Amino acid sequence: MSILAYNGAAIMAMKGKNCVAIAADRRFGVQAQTISTEFEKIFEMGPQLFVGLPGLATDVQTVFQRLKFRLNIYELRENRRIKPKTFMSMVSNLLYERRFGPYFVEPVIAGLDPVTSEPYVASMDLIGCPMETNDFVVSGTCSEQMYGMCESLWEPNLEPDDLFETISQALMNAFDRDAVSGWGAVVYIIEKDKVTKRFLKTRQD
Amino acid sequence: MAALCAEPPKGGFSFENCARDRHQAGQIPFPLARYITYKTTHHSIGWGECTHTQKNTNDNVHMDGVVLGADTRATEDTVVADKNCAKIHYLSDNIYCCGAGTAADTEMTTQLISAELELHRLNTGRIPRVGTANRLLKQMLFRYQGYIGAALVLGGVDTTGPSLYSIWPHGSTDKLPYVTMGSGSLAAMAVFEDGFKPDMTREEAMKLVRDAIAAGIFNDLGSGSNIDLCVITQGKVEYIRPHEIANQKGVKQGKYLYKRGTTGVLSTEVKKVEFDIIGTEIRRHQPMETQ
Repeated sequence: MSILAYNGAAIMAMKGKNCVAIAADRRFGVQAQTISTEFEKIFEMGPQLFVGLPGLATDVQTVFQRLKFRLNIYELRENRRIKPKTFMSMVSNLLYERRFGPYFVEPVIAGLDPVTSEPYVASMDLIGCPMETNDFVVSGTCSEQMYGMCESLWEPNLEPDDLFETISQALMNAFDRDAVSGWGAVVYIIEKDKVTKRFLKTRQD
Repeated sequence: MAALCAEPPKGGFSFENCARDRHQAGQIPFPLARYITYKTTHHSIGWGECTHTQKNTNDNVHMDGVVLGADTRATEDTVVADKNCAKIHYLSDNIYCCGAGTAADTEMTTQLISAELELHRLNTGRIPRVGTANRLLKQMLFRYQGYIGAALVLGGVDTTGPSLYSIWPHGSTDKLPYVTMGSGSLAAMAVFEDGFKPDMTREEAMKLVRDAIAAGIFNDLGSGSNIDLCVITQGKVEYIRPHEIANQKGVKQGKYLYKRGTTGVLSTEVKKVEFDIIGTEIRRHQPMETQ
């Protein structure tokens, strides 16, 4: 087990038809001991842009704060909302700067383009190697389970309501097979005109 | 200002977490982390002077170029992290570069050198040479003593004609007529050794590279998915992605969707997205034509 799995986390993002979803568990633990079940791992970086940070909890919060700082500077300088792809480069550069002493987070990014509303999902390893896909991305301590669930449940052009069921079930069934993640979940469905945040009823063991 | 601004103002690597990470590694007896790696068949091949006789004139035109090829699998330990990643990176309009090894390193190193080459082009007003790119890459990699895990295949066409280099993470380079890199390089080199000829046509060269990548895809576990090709000739680049989908995914026979309402929801919060009004238009009502 690496220190990436010290606190436990499960995060995934999926594309749908004119929408994207990002979901995460809510547990914060220290190895097998659960400390909190209301831990934030998904952060709002714009009205339609979210970043999920699974990994070492201390780095989750540090990386979020540093990203928020860089994002604020960017938006003040440019006087416009950041594009998801540009934000991905920002995260990638932040992480690769620490190539030889990394932050232990493997980010997931989901959002809609502020101008075209084009869906976007991407993920990264802890030193910032970007990976953009057309279907889904997963990250966390039960990534193998999440890959399995997404690979079988996901299909193209899901409507927002179907996307919600798909991502929720994919996430819950994955982290139920992982001891260090779970204990509640949160799902964001990002659409052109609204963002819906739902807390899920999950197993508490 | 410096007190307010916590971010380091300069570029380059930051080593501020290193001591902490070593400390954590000591406390918890585990390896630190795994990176996404490209265990791949990144290879490529040069094809020699093939003479074409054009119809209108009787001049013999030398059609020289290089073919770069790569698979599209990225792995994290034994898990396939990306089934369709792009491993042929842009360096300049006439130079491309395949990367194997640590994925982030190949990505960031090629981006950095690409920027340096563009500045070089602007400063000199000349099209950058492949040899220049090679030297920039090897000097950077040598400086980092192999810790930047980028194994590269560099190819392009410049004023000296086509050329092809392989660059190792420690900074050594080879300039050869055909090279392979990555975990699938043995399978690919076997195909090259068998099939390479000095004077191949463009089609022959593309076929040979395709076969070499395919050998990696089907015989090496670190390589897989599709075949990408990049054909560079004097003043022309053809980036073919994908050149061939070597592993077509089957069609799902059943529906595995959950019915709406399956998932138990504790609470819901809806946030409307506010739009900027760019302009409004007022139109006068037009009376209907009754004539």
